[in-house]
Amino acid sequence: MIGVYILLVTFLLVVLLPLWYIVVSSVSSPGAVSAGRVFLWPVEFTLRGYEVALTNPKILSGFANSLFYTAVGTLLSVALTVMLAYPLSRADFVGRKVLTGAVVFTMLFAGGMIPTYLVVQATGMLDTRWAMIIPKAVAVWPAILAITYFRSAIPDDVREAGEIDGASDLRILWKLILPLATPMIAVIALMYAIGQWNSYFDALIYLRDDSLYPLQLVLRNILILNTDSGADAASALERQQLANLLKYSLIVISTVPMMLIYPFVARYFTKGLLLGAVKG
Amino acid sequence: MTQAPPLPTLAANKLPADPTPHRRPGRLRKALRRRWQLYLLVIPPLAYFVMFQYVPMANGIIAFKHYNVIEGIWGSDWAGLEYFERFFTNPMFTTVVSNTFLLSLYALIASFPIPIILALALNEIRGRFFKRTVQMVTYAPYFISTVIVVSMAILILSPRIGLISEVTGFFGLPATDYLAQPDFFRHVYVWTEVWQTAGYSAVIYLAALAGVDPALYEAAKVDGANRLQKIWHVDLPSITPTIVVVLILSVGSIMAVGFEKAFLLQNPLNLSQSEIIATYTYKLGIQNADFSLATAVGLFNSVINLVLLLVVNKVSKRVTGSGLW
Repeated sequence: MIGVYILLVTFLLVVLLPLWYIVVSSVSSPGAVSAGRVFLWPVEFTLRGYEVALTNPKILSGFANSLFYTAVGTLLSVALTVMLAYPLSRADFVGRKVLTGAVVFTMLFAGGMIPTYLVVQATGMLDTRWAMIIPKAVAVWPAILAITYFRSAIPDDVREAGEIDGASDLRILWKLILPLATPMIAVIALMYAIGQWNSYFDALIYLRDDSLYPLQLVLRNILILNTDSGADAASALERQQLANLLKYSLIVISTVPMMLIYPFVARYFTKGLLLGAVKG
Repeated sequence: MTQAPPLPTLAANKLPADPTPHRRPGRLRKALRRRWQLYLLVIPPLAYFVMFQYVPMANGIIAFKHYNVIEGIWGSDWAGLEYFERFFTNPMFTTVVSNTFLLSLYALIASFPIPIILALALNEIRGRFFKRTVQMVTYAPYFISTVIVVSMAILILSPRIGLISEVTGFFGLPATDYLAQPDFFRHVYVWTEVWQTAGYSAVIYLAALAGVDPALYEAAKVDGANRLQKIWHVDLPSITPTIVVVLILSVGSIMAVGFEKAFLLQNPLNLSQSEIIATYTYKLGIQNADFSLATAVGLFNSVINLVLLLVVNKVSKRVTGSGLW
């Protein structure tokens, strides 16, 4: 039993330490961070990194764009996924096997980067906000999860009761099924939201105009390519130090929204994954 | 409220003789009439799949054509297998394919057992608080973006200010720029991946473990099994089907290793190991606008991927009796 605890504490520390190190560094003075004097506790506490990060116009616009893409994208994705999954979950929906097969097949074989790019180009979505939302609107995995949920977690009696009362299929879905499916909706919404919030690659391919860039692409340019330190007026050394400090603060800032949502949805998440796993 | 009650549906439902559908002509038409709202509902998502999944598949034809913008996809001249030949004879071919393969194989081997171990250990814990804490914390990195994970890795591994060089420096070892060494790229890639996903993947196994019949534990207890024997003879066999499914899915995506992360971790110094098929496709296609060649490379990748998946599924069905289909 001691062995089990040692193992789990090791897991815990391995995951936690890097996160803690980043947070501690983000509130330490740039000089202390650069000199390697920061380890487990903040040295010369300062919020300068956050100040610089939160006044940088590119970061702010990236943040706003990401909020937009995440909100609108998630809404659209969830709606389309339910529209797909509910009919495919119904035993009396003729053609569901063929359609389900066609949907699942796209998981096994994909057109690829360039052929997809050509479609986006042909539809005139290049360099527009649509390119961030439409081309990846529906994902197969959440759809499978939703189908399984509709089929196994919601008793058929609900639908039959609705039909006896004279409700149409749409009404039954809207008034009876969806309220019962809240945990599943929460799970797939979170899946899509994480995907949207964390994606940078579509932006890299489809967007030229940097006023449309999502936060992750702005972050990549600052954090990985070092193309914008956000501290133009400072001296060379100070700029270098501030740039490093800014990186730590940025990592914290960009992760906060997801971490805020996570505890609320986590319990649903476990349940939803459980269902997905049971099906598999 | 303002809608007229859908009488046909109601009437049809009252008929006790409403047959469960049999295969006969007119079945679809009948379903369309009765269930038109469901068919209406499914049109937009299906349109999405046609437009952004199936049309791109059809666009894959440009791998066999000399694609040019003016003629368009269908108007361009046929190239036969020229672009595939160009890829196969390219000096980058061996590098890119073996990098992709080795990277995913390493990622698979490293990231596969750890979530299982984590789940088995968590399953032993009775104290709810400790269990939940470990779960919440190990799960959290899944929510962090690839960009952030990579920049954390870069910062922590940085030779001047990173955590690792501080620790090695403490023991008097010289600072190393890990990301400038090609040999180190795979380790960084794989272990950040494990760090990020282990807790998340463990949830699936935990769910499976929660479903184990308590009678089996009772029986094991009666037989005098100790903790390890119980894990080995009850827990592991119980989650084998889940393990198999996860394994098949991982092997099936072995060639689809994350473009996003490899691309972010790449720098000119580690390219000899970090250039994989996906990043190479991006450079050929988007940066050099060599659409036909890039598509041929991507198609090659997709086909290998599909073949791997089919083979693994077949093998698994023969060996363990369970597969994806």
